[in-house]
Amino acid sequence: MSRRVVVLGGGTGGTLTANRLRRHFDTDDVSITVVDQDNEHVYQPGLLFVPFGLTHPDEIVRPRKRQLHKGIDFRQQSIDRVDLGRDTVVLADGSELAYDVLVVATGATLTLAETEGLGGPGWNEKVFTFYDLQGATALAEALDGFEGGRVVVNVVDMPIKCPVAPLEFCFLADWFFTQKGIRDKVHLTYVTPLDAAFTKPVAAATLKNLLTEKHIELITEFNTGEVDGEVGRLVGYDGREVPFDLGVIVPLHSGADYVARSEGLGDDLNFVPTDPATLQSKAKANVFAIGDATNVPASKAGSVTHFEGEVLVENIIRFIDGKELDATYDGHANCFIETGFGKALLIDFNYETEPLPGHFPFRVGMPLLKESRLNHLGKLMFQSFYWHGLLPGRDIPGLGAAMPERGKDHSNHADQKAQQENSP
Amino acid sequence: MTTTTYAGHAVELNEEGFFTDPSQWNRDIAVELAKESGLEDLSAKHWQVLEFMRKEYFEKGTGPTVRTLGKTSGVSVKELYQLFPNGPAKMAARIAGIPKPKGCI
Repeated sequence: MSRRVVVLGGGTGGTLTANRLRRHFDTDDVSITVVDQDNEHVYQPGLLFVPFGLTHPDEIVRPRKRQLHKGIDFRQQSIDRVDLGRDTVVLADGSELAYDVLVVATGATLTLAETEGLGGPGWNEKVFTFYDLQGATALAEALDGFEGGRVVVNVVDMPIKCPVAPLEFCFLADWFFTQKGIRDKVHLTYVTPLDAAFTKPVAAATLKNLLTEKHIELITEFNTGEVDGEVGRLVGYDGREVPFDLGVIVPLHSGADYVARSEGLGDDLNFVPTDPATLQSKAKANVFAIGDATNVPASKAGSVTHFEGEVLVENIIRFIDGKELDATYDGHANCFIETGFGKALLIDFNYETEPLPGHFPFRVGMPLLKESRLNHLGKLMFQSFYWHGLLPGRDIPGLGAAMPERGKDHSNHADQKAQQENSP
Repeated sequence: MTTTTYAGHAVELNEEGFFTDPSQWNRDIAVELAKESGLEDLSAKHWQVLEFMRKEYFEKGTGPTVRTLGKTSGVSVKELYQLFPNGPAKMAARIAGIPKPKGCI
């Protein structure tokens, strides 16, 4: 009997999962349907470059349907809910899709409404986000006309997609205003709810030094209660205020809305509780999740989704074949961090190992946690691989899903740890 | 790691002052920890948050973020900051005797 796989979401995770499954199974044995509310696949890493005129919105959007292999059915329709009891997806037009295996790949959504003032007065005039295409485009215009003043970049709360992107935005803004010849007229501030520039200690120290070098002020442990776009200020829950002439806000993230309407599927933030190793959901055995939609303790990033994809597909194949799930994801993430002036850092880490210095993927290769032109070129070249390699589901030769351990320098980290332990 | 005595009980704390073993905690210890953080009295609301944090920790392996607290503890985020002015997630975690909530990655 033919099995039915339904994939919710035609973004990075949904597309590469559907394509890999299509390659493995004959169309007679397994039908694959991908559902998405629109037909615009955005290359999200490109959003960072739009505000600075380094890329144009047209260059980072392609039709979702065209990224899917032949033999995959694409349904453009909003999702009303998943009925776990009946193994059925109910679409907004009332039609239903029954499934044998469900893949939740609907990513994360920006929830402006949860922060007072956000999306209200001054929105896309004085207050912006570059986390969606519309916002990034509006911000490009504002930056182009900006003549000087206080620019504040604020992360409202974790988790967010690509946790390094707001820092990259700061670095690129420093470069942008320098090129424009007005850097001395711009005060740049990075405001984060974390107690450091980044979540992981060794990388946080490197990134903090970069902020200092580039004269970007760092404000930590700031929990934004209100974004006042009329006056131009952030107001913290603890009463602290940060004034701005131009606010760049990364809003709260949640899972997709329909998750809340699907009893038993999501947590209080609409993310899907998921086994961090097998990527099977905790909701039901025939439901899997990938990428930003899950609650696994990994970055919400394309590289995570990419590495998860290999494991997920293997486990879905085993599930359909009636075998035990044995593929395991180690939390591997790999991110280029654009630092401006044609340079970038590269970090590589997993659930257990934090980003360390060294080289990737072996002892010889791209430098880790260190600025270089090679890393910047890597970041630029990645866009082509995304459309032509990652989404179609091709592997990178010599690089599997698991984090490569060779090339990582633990010594520095060990020194720091020893120092911490010895200090009173 | 250091060993400190609260309310007559020896407890182990990490370098940031958080419990390494949440089972060493009790309510008397919490009262002393609260005083140390500048909270003279723990109201019913304080206890509601502290108990919620411990429950979350034992269920999920990490303490909740401020946002989760605001959504699910029955105390709004604004109130949480009034109750624990130095940052609800960390301050309440310390008084609740659980490890520092892991920052999301």
